[in-house]
Amino acid sequence: MSTESIALTGVREPSRAFGDWLTSWITTVDHKRLGILYIVFALLFLVLGGIEATIIRIQLIAPLNTFVSPRTFNRMFTMHGTTMIFFAAMPILFGFANYFVPLMIGARDMAFPRLNALSFWLTAFGGFLLYFSFVGANGLYGAGGAPDVGWFAYAPLTSKAFSLGHSTDFWTLSLMVSGFGSIGTGVNIVATIVSMRCPGMTFGKMPLFAWLNLVVFGMVLVVVSPLTAAQLMLCVDRFLGGHFFDTQAGGSAVLWMHFFWFFGHPEVYILVIPAFAFMSEIVPVFSRKPIFGYPIMVGATVAIGFVSMTVWAHHMFTVGMSAYGNSFFVITTMIVGIPTGIKIFNWLGTMWGGKIIFKTPMLFCIAFLFQFLVAGLTGIMLGAAPFDWQLAGSYFLVAHFHYVIVGAILFALFGAFYYWFPKMSGRMYNETLGKVHFWLFVLGFHLTFDFMHIPGLLGMPRRIYTYEPGRGWEVWNLIVTIGAVVQGIAILIFVSNLLYSMFKGKLAGNDPWDAWTLEWSVASPPPEYNFLTIPEVRSRRPLWDIKHPEDPDWKYE
Amino acid sequence: MAYANLRKRAWCRCRHALAKGITFLGAALLCAQSSFAFAQASPIPNIFKPASTPADAIHRLSLFVLTITGLIFVIVGGLLIYAVVKFRRRGEEDGPEPAPVYGSNQMELAWTVVPCLIVLVLFLATARVIYSVQEAVPPATAVQVTAIGHQFWWEFRYPELGVVTANELHIPVSNPQNPTPTFIKLLSADTDHSFWVPQLAGKIDLIPNRNNSMWLDPHATGVYIGQCAQYCGTQHALMLLRVYVDSPEDFARWVAAQKQPAVANDAVAKGRRIFEQTACINCHAVSGTAANGVFGPDLTHLMSRYTIASGAAKNTHDNLKLWIHSPDSLKPGSLMPAMNLNAQDLDDLTTYLETLR
Repeated sequence: MSTESIALTGVREPSRAFGDWLTSWITTVDHKRLGILYIVFALLFLVLGGIEATIIRIQLIAPLNTFVSPRTFNRMFTMHGTTMIFFAAMPILFGFANYFVPLMIGARDMAFPRLNALSFWLTAFGGFLLYFSFVGANGLYGAGGAPDVGWFAYAPLTSKAFSLGHSTDFWTLSLMVSGFGSIGTGVNIVATIVSMRCPGMTFGKMPLFAWLNLVVFGMVLVVVSPLTAAQLMLCVDRFLGGHFFDTQAGGSAVLWMHFFWFFGHPEVYILVIPAFAFMSEIVPVFSRKPIFGYPIMVGATVAIGFVSMTVWAHHMFTVGMSAYGNSFFVITTMIVGIPTGIKIFNWLGTMWGGKIIFKTPMLFCIAFLFQFLVAGLTGIMLGAAPFDWQLAGSYFLVAHFHYVIVGAILFALFGAFYYWFPKMSGRMYNETLGKVHFWLFVLGFHLTFDFMHIPGLLGMPRRIYTYEPGRGWEVWNLIVTIGAVVQGIAILIFVSNLLYSMFKGKLAGNDPWDAWTLEWSVASPPPEYNFLTIPEVRSRRPLWDIKHPEDPDWKYE
Repeated sequence: MAYANLRKRAWCRCRHALAKGITFLGAALLCAQSSFAFAQASPIPNIFKPASTPADAIHRLSLFVLTITGLIFVIVGGLLIYAVVKFRRRGEEDGPEPAPVYGSNQMELAWTVVPCLIVLVLFLATARVIYSVQEAVPPATAVQVTAIGHQFWWEFRYPELGVVTANELHIPVSNPQNPTPTFIKLLSADTDHSFWVPQLAGKIDLIPNRNNSMWLDPHATGVYIGQCAQYCGTQHALMLLRVYVDSPEDFARWVAAQKQPAVANDAVAKGRRIFEQTACINCHAVSGTAANGVFGPDLTHLMSRYTIASGAAKNTHDNLKLWIHSPDSLKPGSLMPAMNLNAQDLDDLTTYLETLR
């Protein structure tokens, strides 16, 4: 590749009026700006979902608490789950993919820039639809307010008989609309990775970040489509008198479960594989070693992609499947642990023999490894069907999946934020504040989610707005709520660090981490066209080759 | 190469952890046996204090799974901590970059094959318990119960005994020499529910248009607490469940009492008339009277139950009165409507209900 693009400095845009600035963001088709829009949109919804979580935790801080009514509580956990999965976690990960996939594969934009913008705005519109239900769901029946059917909206609670008014309609429409957005992004990123790699970048030389996102968005295409179809069927039930899921007219509640979890379980991997992608970029750079076992990392990810589509009914061990059916989903569920375990060992192998630098991004990655290990092990417990007959639907399960989503995915995301913040903003974050954020968040996380396992083992089901004293649940719930407050404070520190550093941070330069992938070869923030000349690569670490011409990677790979 | 070293060290760690794990396994098995012998009904529905055969089979499996996952945690967690401490960059030294290592086929093969073996063992142990619990055949002495989930209460029918009750299930203790397990057919009248009494068995859902089943085989008498474990609507939280495990004699006595028609007491004729002339009878049944509703709990032997409103409150005079007067103040969102009776009628009605022993 040429060194010309490395020396390139950012193009300063002349200052414009606010209206122009706003228009430029709304009409943008630049993958980087859309990436930032995704992330900002997701952070907004993260805050909303966080407020809902706080209300849930305040209500449960003590037995027989009356902070909110049962109905409000049910709305809060429905909105919390829906918001966090569909309008916080997914868009934030889509945002990072949008921003960095083209940069890492040496492309000037996505394959379909306008489809990219359409997808983002569909997702955003879906989010606003969901929240509009707070004011707009007051149908003739006066059942108003947000949906209260749970984030997986089991039939027949969603049928007309049990869900009056329009709250469920807003829920299903919002997921349908954002589902089309996700499918659009899926098409776009797959097409971009397949057809827009720079010269020399064969599939074997792509950064793992691009490989993992290729798998993720391939999965999006396969599994979001059935979910969107199920939403259409639910609409037919609710608006046109269909009976797919209407049990009172002979419909099937279990059919909805299959539709939902055929999406729902791969969804976990759609969220966690991007976290693996962050890990696979950050861990090597801060261990000063290339990723250990690149081919097996790719193979393991592709294996996860396939196997994860065969495990969905482990969410349904309690619905009365046959012993044969249960056994089948036990074995597939346990098999998916093998490639996942391989990945953990390969990150360990990457750190092994390296010189680990404990900057904030790496701290979050190390915590990820530890917490993801625990989440995987509790996952094995839940995967053993009979054990699941006790644990399913309990607070143990809630603790388990928050260990995955917060302990693994959110930690990796924080790592990604700190790692790429200099690239996206052009300025360094404050390292001290970053470390304070890390340690506080670790403390809050473990207070909340370690202790949340225990009431589940003592028989506390999820989604109950209150509980009686004397069941042995009080003290654990109190600790859990305290931990939630600590996490909230840590997130405030994170947000203020980013806001402050965006304007006042030290200038970062092109390559503050001495990293190896193409995004670090351009200015921070990157110019609109990314690369002045399209780079040409010969190995998985093109910048290493340039910095170490005497010992380039392409001689060994 | 450092990797020979790594392998050696890893193996040392393995052996150490294995020894630890075996000790832990021994302790766990001991604990399993003791809890098997001493498990009693407890106000805390702890899944690690099983008191019935299916719950106990799950408990044993869970200890096995916990041991294996515990070992993995110790080994991998130990390696992680070791790597972080040992390979940290010391000071701000800027020496040469560490040697790039792109992979190692032997290592990667090892950490693929070993998990495969672990998975195989776990699967076999799990499948054995699945089949032992799900394929159990009811003996002729089994008690048959049909449980029907409603928003937000439980209906229990004993088709062979001719008994109908609600929210508080009575079953006989089952002694291993002469087992009298209870087989429960699980149905739903409206939305999904789930029957979960952790000390007696794992949960199984009650789903409309679907026949599910489960069985309990309790070893010790007492009251076991549980509740609905599948979100079923506004009052999912207060859809509580009590299972009374009686001695064979107590159970026979309870069945005999439940089979009696409702007490007819002329002293409360006024209250009874109010009951039969308001909407109460649309939903509730009292055997031997005009009341034969099926949407709410059967009240024929209301006073034999310790709680009302599916466990939301104790069955006391004041609570009963409050429940009739204003159901929402005990259980907001319950489907029982307030009857708007005047004070006198409310008193009379409560007095009548209190004769239904």
